[in-house]
Amino acid sequence: MENITPQLYTLLVFMVVGSIVAIEARNLLSAVISVSAVGFALSVAFLFLGAPDIAITQLVVEILVLIILIRGTILLDNTAIEKGRDTLAMVASLIFFGLILGFGAMIFGSTGFPEFGEPLMRVSRVYVQTGLPATYAANIVAAVILDFRAYDTLGEASVLFAAILGALALLRRSGSATREEVVSA
Amino acid sequence: MTVYFLCVVLLTMGLYCLVAKKNIVKKVIGLIIMEYAVNLYLIIIGYKRGGVAPVIERGMNPAALERFVDPLPQALVLTSIVIGLGVMALMVAMCLRLYEKHGTFDMSQISKLRG
Repeated sequence: MENITPQLYTLLVFMVVGSIVAIEARNLLSAVISVSAVGFALSVAFLFLGAPDIAITQLVVEILVLIILIRGTILLDNTAIEKGRDTLAMVASLIFFGLILGFGAMIFGSTGFPEFGEPLMRVSRVYVQTGLPATYAANIVAAVILDFRAYDTLGEASVLFAAILGALALLRRSGSATREEVVSA
Repeated sequence: MTVYFLCVVLLTMGLYCLVAKKNIVKKVIGLIIMEYAVNLYLIIIGYKRGGVAPVIERGMNPAALERFVDPLPQALVLTSIVIGLGVMALMVAMCLRLYEKHGTFDMSQISKLRG
C-alpha cells in the first residue's frame, strides 16, 4: 500500500460525521450505534496505518462497548432529554480548539513537528533493529509490550485491574443495604 | 497536517459532548469519542509513508526493516484501548447506580435532588 492518504481522509471524514450524528441524535440507541460505527471506521483506519494488532483489539473492544452500552443503559431509559443548546459549552469547546491549534503552531511551528508519513523513530529504531535477536519475537509490537517496556505494561494492567474492581464494587448486589433498610433500621 | 487537524476536530467534538450534554450516557459517549481521537492521533504520528506492519517474516532481508512503521506508539495504544474499555465499564456502572437512585439519566434533575 503506497499512498493511503485518500482512504485515510475518507475514513476520518466518516468518523467526524458519525461523531456529529452520535452527539446530536435525540435517540440514545442511535447515538450508541453511531459511536460504534465510528469505532469500526477507526479499526479500518488502523489497518491502513500498518497496525493490525491494534485493529484487531479495537474491533473486539468496540463490540464489547456496544454490548455494554446497549445492555447497561439503553434498556433502562431511552427517552430524549429536552433542552436548549448550551452556548457556554460551545464557546468553551471552541476556545479549547483554538488553544490547541494556537499552542501547537507556537511550539511545533518553528522546531519542526514531524510531518505525516515521516516519524522520528529515535527510540524505535533500536527496537526494530534488535527486536528479533534480543527477544526472539517476530512481532516487534509484542516485543515492545512484553519485553522492552514490560514495566509500562504492568502499570497499565494494574490500572485496568483497578477500573474493573471499581466497576464490580459498584455493581455488586450482596452487602449493599438498600435505602429502605437503612431508613427502617 | 490536515490529518492532525481532523484529529483535533474529533477531540473537540468529544469535549463539547462531554461538557454540553445533560444526559450522562451522552457524556460517556463524548469521552469515548475523545479517546478514539487521541488513539488515532498517536498511531498517525508513528506512520511511515509506504510503511508496513512491524512483523518480521522468515527470510526477510535487513533492508526491509527500514520500511516498518513506528512500533512504540502502537504498543502503548494497544494497552490504552483495553484500559479505555475498563474505564468505560466503570462509568457505565456509575450511570446504572445513579439511575437506580434517581430514576433518570438527566444530569440537571440529579443535581436538583441533592441535599
